[in-house]
Amino acid sequence: MAKTRAIVITGNGTNCEVEAAHACRLGGFDEAVIAHISDLLSGDVRLDDFHFINLTGGFLDGDDLGSAKAQANRLRYAKVDDLAEHLIDQFTRFIDAGKLILGVCNGFQLMVKMGLLPALNGSYLKQTATLTFNDCGRFQDRWVYLKVDPASPSVYTKGVKKGLYLPMRHGEGKFVVDGPATLAAIEAKHLAVFKYSDAAYGQPVMEFPLNPNGSVNAIAALCNETGRLMGMMPHPEAFVHRTHHPRWTREELPEEGDGLALFKNAAEYVRMNLL
Amino acid sequence: MARRIEIALREGVRDARGERIKREIEHFLHLPVNAVRTIDVYTVDAELSEDELVKAASEPFCDPVIQVWSTDRPLAAGFDFLVEVGYRPGVTDNVGRTGREAIEYIMGRPMGAGEGVYTSVQYLLSGKLSRTDVERIARDLLGNALIQRFVVLDAAEFASQGGVPAYVPKVQSQTHIQVREIDLEVSDDELMRISKDGVLALTLEEMKIIQAHYRDPRVREDRLKVGLGAKPSDVELECLAQTWSEHCKHKIFAGTVQYEDEQGNRQEIKSLFKSFIQRTTKDVREKLGDRDFCLSVFKDNAGVIRFNDDWSLVFKVETHNSPSALDPYGGALTGIVGVNRDPFGTGKGSKLIFNTDVFCFADPFYDKPLPSRLLHPRRIFEGVVEGVEHGGNKSGIPTVNGSLVFDERFAGKPLVFCGTAGIMPATLNGEPGHEKSIKPGDLIVMTGGRIGKDGIHGATFSSEELNENSPVTAVQIGDPITQKRMFDFLIRARDKGLYRFITDNGAGGLSSSIGEMSGECGGCRMDLEKAPLKYPGLDPWEILISEAQERMSLAVPPENIDEFMAMAKRFNVEATVLGEFTDSGYFHILYGDRTVAWLPMEFMHEGLPPMQLPAKWVPPRHEEPSVEAKGDHTADLKQLLGALNICSKESVVRRYDHEVQGGSVVKPFTGVANDGPSDAAVVRPILDSFEGVVVAHGICPRYSDIDTYHMTANAIDEALRNYVAVGGSLDLVAGLDNFCWCDPVKSEKTPDGEYKMAQLVRSNQALYDVCLAYNLPLISGKDSMKNDFYDGATKISIPPTILFSVIGKIEDARKSVTMDAKRPGDIVYLLGKTGNELGGSEYLALRGAIGNSVPTVNPEKALKRYKALHQAITDGLVASCHDLSDGGLAVAVAEKAFAGGCGISVDLGRVLWTGDDATRNDAVLLFSESASRHLVTVRPGNREAFEAAMAGNCFSSIGVVTEEGIVTVTGISGETVVKAGIDELKEAWQSPLREL
Repeated sequence: MAKTRAIVITGNGTNCEVEAAHACRLGGFDEAVIAHISDLLSGDVRLDDFHFINLTGGFLDGDDLGSAKAQANRLRYAKVDDLAEHLIDQFTRFIDAGKLILGVCNGFQLMVKMGLLPALNGSYLKQTATLTFNDCGRFQDRWVYLKVDPASPSVYTKGVKKGLYLPMRHGEGKFVVDGPATLAAIEAKHLAVFKYSDAAYGQPVMEFPLNPNGSVNAIAALCNETGRLMGMMPHPEAFVHRTHHPRWTREELPEEGDGLALFKNAAEYVRMNLL
Repeated sequence: MARRIEIALREGVRDARGERIKREIEHFLHLPVNAVRTIDVYTVDAELSEDELVKAASEPFCDPVIQVWSTDRPLAAGFDFLVEVGYRPGVTDNVGRTGREAIEYIMGRPMGAGEGVYTSVQYLLSGKLSRTDVERIARDLLGNALIQRFVVLDAAEFASQGGVPAYVPKVQSQTHIQVREIDLEVSDDELMRISKDGVLALTLEEMKIIQAHYRDPRVREDRLKVGLGAKPSDVELECLAQTWSEHCKHKIFAGTVQYEDEQGNRQEIKSLFKSFIQRTTKDVREKLGDRDFCLSVFKDNAGVIRFNDDWSLVFKVETHNSPSALDPYGGALTGIVGVNRDPFGTGKGSKLIFNTDVFCFADPFYDKPLPSRLLHPRRIFEGVVEGVEHGGNKSGIPTVNGSLVFDERFAGKPLVFCGTAGIMPATLNGEPGHEKSIKPGDLIVMTGGRIGKDGIHGATFSSEELNENSPVTAVQIGDPITQKRMFDFLIRARDKGLYRFITDNGAGGLSSSIGEMSGECGGCRMDLEKAPLKYPGLDPWEILISEAQERMSLAVPPENIDEFMAMAKRFNVEATVLGEFTDSGYFHILYGDRTVAWLPMEFMHEGLPPMQLPAKWVPPRHEEPSVEAKGDHTADLKQLLGALNICSKESVVRRYDHEVQGGSVVKPFTGVANDGPSDAAVVRPILDSFEGVVVAHGICPRYSDIDTYHMTANAIDEALRNYVAVGGSLDLVAGLDNFCWCDPVKSEKTPDGEYKMAQLVRSNQALYDVCLAYNLPLISGKDSMKNDFYDGATKISIPPTILFSVIGKIEDARKSVTMDAKRPGDIVYLLGKTGNELGGSEYLALRGAIGNSVPTVNPEKALKRYKALHQAITDGLVASCHDLSDGGLAVAVAEKAFAGGCGISVDLGRVLWTGDDATRNDAVLLFSESASRHLVTVRPGNREAFEAAMAGNCFSSIGVVTEEGIVTVTGISGETVVKAGIDELKEAWQSPLREL
């Protein structure tokens, strides 16, 4: 039987590859390969052989030119050794094949800066939004409530009732757009999959610390119109077991953490649509 | 020609960096400023086309949604003053390095020698400021003149000269490489001048030992054969100075101490290290017998213990105090990425699983005059916190445990402790993972960063007190990404068995790493001309001792070298063969064909006789304050909760990623609102297992004012009781000692050296006594012995400080317990007895007193109780557990209550007492810091089982968790002595450092 295959791309400062691969396996992927960017650039590993790309958290190139900027530049200009193509061509082919990409934290920053999100009307590689310094001016590690938009086309959120409780860990997570038209389109098309909210997942919130970075319209996650590409600042792979929860010693919690749902849905989607 | 690219924020985009600077100018310098905006500047010194320049500016350097770019055209407008801050030549510029790589991708080729990208930041200030004000802002806030340069322009100057001209901070290097010979046939005064002027930190005695070596006819004859004269070369002298520095050689711990106690008993101690630290481990291991879990102790960069059949744990804690005093950001950043290399370079290498940080500072709100050269404590606080934040977060290693400790004397030198743990396979390619070897013929390979003048004399300078002439080159800036790339590569090379030996390049650079490695097989032959340099023009001695960061040294068997080098290239990591290991007995250094150092290994490593150190213990007597019960102690409690050593450090802790790698179980903050202070951390390093690693620490420098024996005993006990509180197992737990002392060597500058040395002896005695009783083997540690400031007039010595860290295991992390009260109705127990032990306490400190009755530790009783508590935790009988430390019972009760969002009422009359009944009163019961106590809550249904588990130990039920959020304490005469809502208590605890 064909296998569901996830890849986690690492190197140059990604940090969450191990737990992302772990989450993929727990979510039901038959394989979760951690591949160093040098394996991709050498042509030893090809994106075409996978169904689900994880762009994980970290500090690509130290976020030295602004978060993930140097990696976006690398992916655009770096050539794969023995194939006459740029790495970006493999990404484009991957997207055209209807496969899935999830960017978390630094991975979300990368997707937005590469123009993979929101990619309105399918215009990939055109940047229309960004993630910049938190309004509080500091890196923060704290847990946040994320209200889900049940009407979003995201393939990752099936069955998520009200929302998810996840940790955010970033200094550059404030979502902003290039103009009102982009924001209006994001809202009209229900692309803002998760918004920072109160503990009851009632209303989006703009106030710190519930909204830890000041994101416009409290947007914490974004998908494209196909729902197959999604990026989010908080970390779903960091809450896959109840002992990850900051209050697990005092609350009755299910064994599985909130974040696992996203990986389960991804695996299910691959099984139903891509094998 | 150098080109300038400027990147500014678009109109209307919030400038968070500028706003933060504005806040700091107002809060910190009290200067009026209306607005601060910032512009990033890239100075590109390379041959590239106009099209390539525009691509660089508009693509990787600019975020089009929020930024605009320009080339060779200033973007600054609408300001009163402009300050541009850039690095001085040769200082590590991480953003510049990334910018260079980005341009190389665009050009499709690497930049040439001498080409580069340099960054600077413009601050546009608006407000009623004078030039003097702005210069002060630049100097005291925006940059550090040691490593950075400033351009200050007012609007008119800026307009008339058309912006800031392009400036390339390239190192202007000498073209003539030289090796000098140094004449040691000179007077003693002249010998000392050579040592002092050269920052060699060698004593006269040591200089004379070197002099004698070069007088030896056999040595002269030998040297003639390799073409060397009778005089030492600068390479040799520098190499010996590094190898023999206090920093590398630990001469004080290896010295012979003549100790006299208060009764006049004399004792000769040959090496404190061997007599106490090593002996502790040896004796504990013997006691443990076949339950011994130590795998590698003291001989490697970090200690190694067993975790399970498949994995071993590695742990090391380092200090980086002197560099942090000069450049807090760079010093602390280098500290954390530096200690990362220790576990990474232990055995055949380990994967890093967490960091720990403990900082000791003076009050950040300090408002008295400071000696020149000392930075303000607030500046040090900000810089250190940010440096460790960047180092830890960017390396992808969670910071899981730490402390901030405050004492005015840390103004003289801040203490910056950074720890890192790793995990390694128990077996690698059929050999134990923690073992390594070198065979003659193995190649000397250096990987990672290049060598520059940064960090020259770091080892020797930190072996002296901080003074006005402390060298600028000792300061360096770490680069976590270069290191991360190297680690990604090396861990794969490790798994493929491509190298035989690995160690890090830290203090002393190659002289130290290759010197130590050569000791493994008996010699080396290394060509310094092959070493990759950041810029040309380094003399051989500089190459040998540079402490440029992010480098590992390896021994690679010749048959693996091609595969090793090819893999390095693929991972974009620089690796260079510098020579080979030999069994010649000589540390043989060449520059090209020319021998520049020829040192017998034996002389290098064994040539130094032990120091002779007098020590005399005279117990200090402090004024004994009278401590009286005064009816209501609520205000005392609130004041204590707001004391710097007790109050919440959440604003700092949340800046550190404590969850990356996905194994977090007990986080730094816990409780109903995620803001109660955890006692220790639990992480699961292997994600499909529930076996956990537990890490905790103890530190209590205040007690040193009374007796360092008890300071040390309490630090060990605090570490272990924190560890036990979350569920750590007593069958597998090891300790690490980090000594930070003020200079204990009697001299003109240190007339009280005998007392300080006696303090060191007593501390070591406690280390042995208490660790042996607790079955705590010491697996690694470090000493930093010169934590003084002296400018000729003012001397500031830190209080002798031990950071004691423990690392161990919890078999099932799902059994972990946190400190927050869980539900109303739970019974509150106090484990352990309370005595009149307010000496050195936070309570007395608030009243400006020290006292004499320092807490003492009874480790036999405590261990029995800890074991019982651990069993109760393992059996699921404990709802919450919190250790009692600074501020005593009152603070622990308050913290437990507000963390849990419940009230607690306790009765002091039910607290078990030890000692003289005449001194028993409410104040002492509330605030005494008696050791080895825990505050526990238990569900009523588990009462009997818990009490049965604890039977035979000192414990008592003292109260109950209540629904209403009020802390109530009943005094021994039945009256209420503390009553306050948990919200107001939490506010008192959170407010002091909330804004930092």
